[in-house]
Amino acid sequence: MVYLTRKAEFSASHVYHNPAFSAEENLRVFGKCNNPNGHGHNYTLEVTVKGPIDATTGFVVDLKELKEVMHREVLDNMDHRFLNKEVAEFSGPQALIPTTENLAIVIWQRLAPKLKVAQLHRVRIYETPDLFADCYGEV
Amino acid sequence: MKVHLSRRYWFAASHRLHSDALSDEANRETYGKCNNPYGHGHNYFLEVTLSGPVDSATGMVCNLADLDGFVHSHILERFDHDHLNLRPEFAGIVPTTENLCVVIDGIVRRGFTQAHLHSVRIEETMMNSFEYAGGAELHP
Ligand SMILES: [Zn+2]
Repeated sequence: MVYLTRKAEFSASHVYHNPAFSAEENLRVFGKCNNPNGHGHNYTLEVTVKGPIDATTGFVVDLKELKEVMHREVLDNMDHRFLNKEVAEFSGPQALIPTTENLAIVIWQRLAPKLKVAQLHRVRIYETPDLFADCYGEV
Repeated sequence: MKVHLSRRYWFAASHRLHSDALSDEANRETYGKCNNPYGHGHNYFLEVTLSGPVDSATGMVCNLADLDGFVHSHILERFDHDHLNLRPEFAGIVPTTENLCVVIDGIVRRGFTQAHLHSVRIEETMMNSFEYAGGAELHP
């Protein structure tokens, strides 16, 4: 088994706000992340897949294919967007709060069913160099 | 779904690797220049990883303000700009980065109750890092 990681970057904005909380509660729980007009980050996404090495190609996965899936399922939809308004999982009545934790889960759920060639092992998303979340698909 | 959330911090501290159980010669052989009598220092980068379900009301595994507050008052204020060998936590323990991991893991595991500590990871230099998960295996 070999693990292979592909990195990508995207920029997006978000705001943390739970409509079920009062204004004071939102401010207390989320601090400046609750500022109404939102703010943004340069996110770094690391997708790790695992699998045996193909005897013919020497690959675990065709990187072109992995890159293509990451673009189609995640980057094309999230890069230079306001997550709360433009990304399905974070907008509308069932919206999740677009924290780093939830981004890791959403990206896992988008990628896992689309990766035919290798098995998804880990989604790691850095919000800043000193804060990141990992999802291994554990329930 | 379960998520691992990691936060990075750093502090500067000095240490000297020397074991009272070894002769001076054996100490020099074992620890090399890390055994120099007055010690030396590092900028330690500490990664604290929490794990658990994401709270549906907050979208969080743990409120970062709580974790930052705990790590500042219990780890950084304790060790930053101090000499590890002179700290009570290292009485009778050689302050290698392995042992520093175990000590910091223990402080966070016992004292921080808002979320489950998965592991701590410490970079002593850009070339070495150490990781400890309370004695458990690291990954699922
Ligand atoms: Zn933010």
